[in-house]
Amino acid sequence: MNESFDVLIVGVGGQGTILASNVLGEACLIEDRHVMSAETHGMAQRGGSVESHVRIDGIYGPLISPGTADLIIAFDMLEALRYRHFLKEDGKMIVNSAVVIPTSAFQKDLPVPSHEEILERLGTPAPCVIDAAGIAVEAGSILAQNIVMLGAASHFLPLASDSLTSAVRSLVPPKTVEINVRAFDMGRDAARGCGT
Amino acid sequence: MVTRYMLGNEAIAHACLEANIDFASGYPGTPSSEVIDVLRTQKERPFYLEWSVNEKVAYENALAAAWCGQRSLVTMKHVGLNVAADPLMTSAYTGVTGGFVVMSADDPFAHSSQNEQDSRCYARFARIPCLDPSTIQEAHDMIRDGFALSEEFGLPVLFRPTTRICHSKSDVVLGNPGTEHRRGVFTKNPAQYVVIPAHTRVLHKKLNEKQPVIARRLVDLGYNRGWVKGKTAVIASGIAISYVEETIPGDVSLAKIGAYPIDEEWLGDFVRQHDTVVVIEEGAPVIEEIVRQVAGTVTVLGKKNGYAPLEGELSPRVCEAIMEKAGLLTFSPYPSTAMAEGVPPRPPILCAGCMHRAAFYAMKKVYRDAVYPSDIGCYTLGIQLGTVDTTICMGASITVASGISHSGEERDIICSIGDSTFLHTGIPGLLNAVYNGADITVMILDNRITAMTGHQPNPTTGCTACGSPAPQVSLEAICRSCGVPFVETIDPFDLTGTLEVLKEAKQRKGVRVVIAKQPCVITARRAGVRRKRYAVDTEACTGCRACVRYGCPAIEFSEEKASITDLCSGCSVCAQICPVGAIRMEGRT
Repeated sequence: MNESFDVLIVGVGGQGTILASNVLGEACLIEDRHVMSAETHGMAQRGGSVESHVRIDGIYGPLISPGTADLIIAFDMLEALRYRHFLKEDGKMIVNSAVVIPTSAFQKDLPVPSHEEILERLGTPAPCVIDAAGIAVEAGSILAQNIVMLGAASHFLPLASDSLTSAVRSLVPPKTVEINVRAFDMGRDAARGCGT
Repeated sequence: MVTRYMLGNEAIAHACLEANIDFASGYPGTPSSEVIDVLRTQKERPFYLEWSVNEKVAYENALAAAWCGQRSLVTMKHVGLNVAADPLMTSAYTGVTGGFVVMSADDPFAHSSQNEQDSRCYARFARIPCLDPSTIQEAHDMIRDGFALSEEFGLPVLFRPTTRICHSKSDVVLGNPGTEHRRGVFTKNPAQYVVIPAHTRVLHKKLNEKQPVIARRLVDLGYNRGWVKGKTAVIASGIAISYVEETIPGDVSLAKIGAYPIDEEWLGDFVRQHDTVVVIEEGAPVIEEIVRQVAGTVTVLGKKNGYAPLEGELSPRVCEAIMEKAGLLTFSPYPSTAMAEGVPPRPPILCAGCMHRAAFYAMKKVYRDAVYPSDIGCYTLGIQLGTVDTTICMGASITVASGISHSGEERDIICSIGDSTFLHTGIPGLLNAVYNGADITVMILDNRITAMTGHQPNPTTGCTACGSPAPQVSLEAICRSCGVPFVETIDPFDLTGTLEVLKEAKQRKGVRVVIAKQPCVITARRAGVRRKRYAVDTEACTGCRACVRYGCPAIEFSEEKASITDLCSGCSVCAQICPVGAIRMEGRT
């Protein structure tokens, strides 16, 4: 059944998960491969928890089942924990080290797990943690965090790095191509040694 | 032909271009909105297009174009079809000459909706053909062919994709946009277009006579197909087909239902070649009921005997579980998993700097112990602020408010409704409230756009769907012409002014309207509006949490102090709330 390579991209509405999944889809087209994906649209996007399912070489429906994702790319540590159960036993996780604390947690004074606690609960294999904000700023724009994360994830994707870069070039606003390509390369460098 | 990676709704829109579409209308509604949004911004094929003020209006406009021989599309979400149900039912009698496709997008699991109703039931009710795609490519191909099918049968064709078609993406093979254009000509024919009793009785008979022909033709066209492989079978429809295919054993037969009405002879033939048939479909047990009618002694398993869920959406895992329970699979190929506990929930939230939050804050300050009927839009998220007590359907804030007021409820009643929703179905409720002497306050949350569904223009915006200038309707003038004596417009970012007007409204009797007017923060940003951000003076901050209770996502709190993140859009309301003046514009001390 699991003939596709299944990638779950999770984050907070507004962080650019849809653009990230579009890059994967476009890279599949470049390599002439089938791809299926599913996204969160509409009101749920307004600062809520969002997920994009991407099934590379997918021929069935777009949804990834819990416990079967080959790779999870999390733009937020809390969201990594929320979707941890989607990962298959020997799957890989790439996690942005940042946490956006939900407003409701401040309002209701809810306990929020610490970085250390989240990392411990994410368990093994150890996730590859990336300072996407720091790297994006260094690349030229804080907005490029999603592309930094894709660069980091590129080691674990069954897609050529060149295809991903071409997809980035064709999808980001023209004025930001250089920044985003740099962000991709820097993200890729940062994840070297994450146990490919 | 070209292959592109695209959203289901984009593929549907492109297929309309390939099918030589002449006319499109719709009212935004998740998950349908992107179809018109793609069509209104494309440059490949010129044709008439509009965002209408509601689904009934959209439907009747598109129907008329189809009566004039044009290929016509109307789009809406499933609950929009309730609003358009009146013309829908009788347009099946009148029929059409130009191809007319009615897209009603269903939302199983109510990802972004008030219910999980199944549009296929409307097709059965109205007795019109219905197409139910299982993949994005199929959705594309069905729409492309649906216009011709509508012309062949002389009937509107209902197209029913679900959220997982509309908002999924895949590689799609596209054709070229068509180059044929038809100029509409209305041919007078009272026996068809004037449904007086003498005519409508004849039309009803004709509609019924078409049914078996349509059912047979849908089989011949390959929309409904079966593959016999053993003594057990699955019959599935829509996206559930692809979920089933993920785990169905090789010796189990499969029938795919892609169109309705289902030919009972064909279905009976397929069913009776098996001992057991499992029906897997999202929504109502539409197929299952027909299968049960033709099953004879064959065992039917589905929603009606607890094998498949009646609510929610299906998934590969749920479909596998249904087949396992039915004995088609002996073990689950999916590992058992558990969600992490103690992760704070992250529901959607009004944006930082959203005018609705400011308006609700003032509303609650003045109308403390009141009843708050509300409506459908981003502002339904005001439930988190305690200012949304009811939401049922579009336009039902004012009507519910007036009903409560006549019920004898003694508390104040103040309802909220957005600009687009007010124009959609709010006006008759306001007129009725004035006419019948309701004692209510109506807050119109006027952000000049239909925001929740992706910022579609409406008559308050100043332009049409295609960007041509249009007169901006005056909500004040509408309210006054309905007979409302107290109509005041306020800027919700001016807290003091807003509170004053609300206090005055509260003292009055009868219907009072307060229009809170401020552009949506997202469209304002896109239009280049930049306000200076605000920051907390941590020395002055006493940690009282008044700003935290305001609920803006730009405000954080740690170590007994508030802070403001770069999400701040500079609305200044938190600064006006802070009791010690610790929140100031950045750069000021």
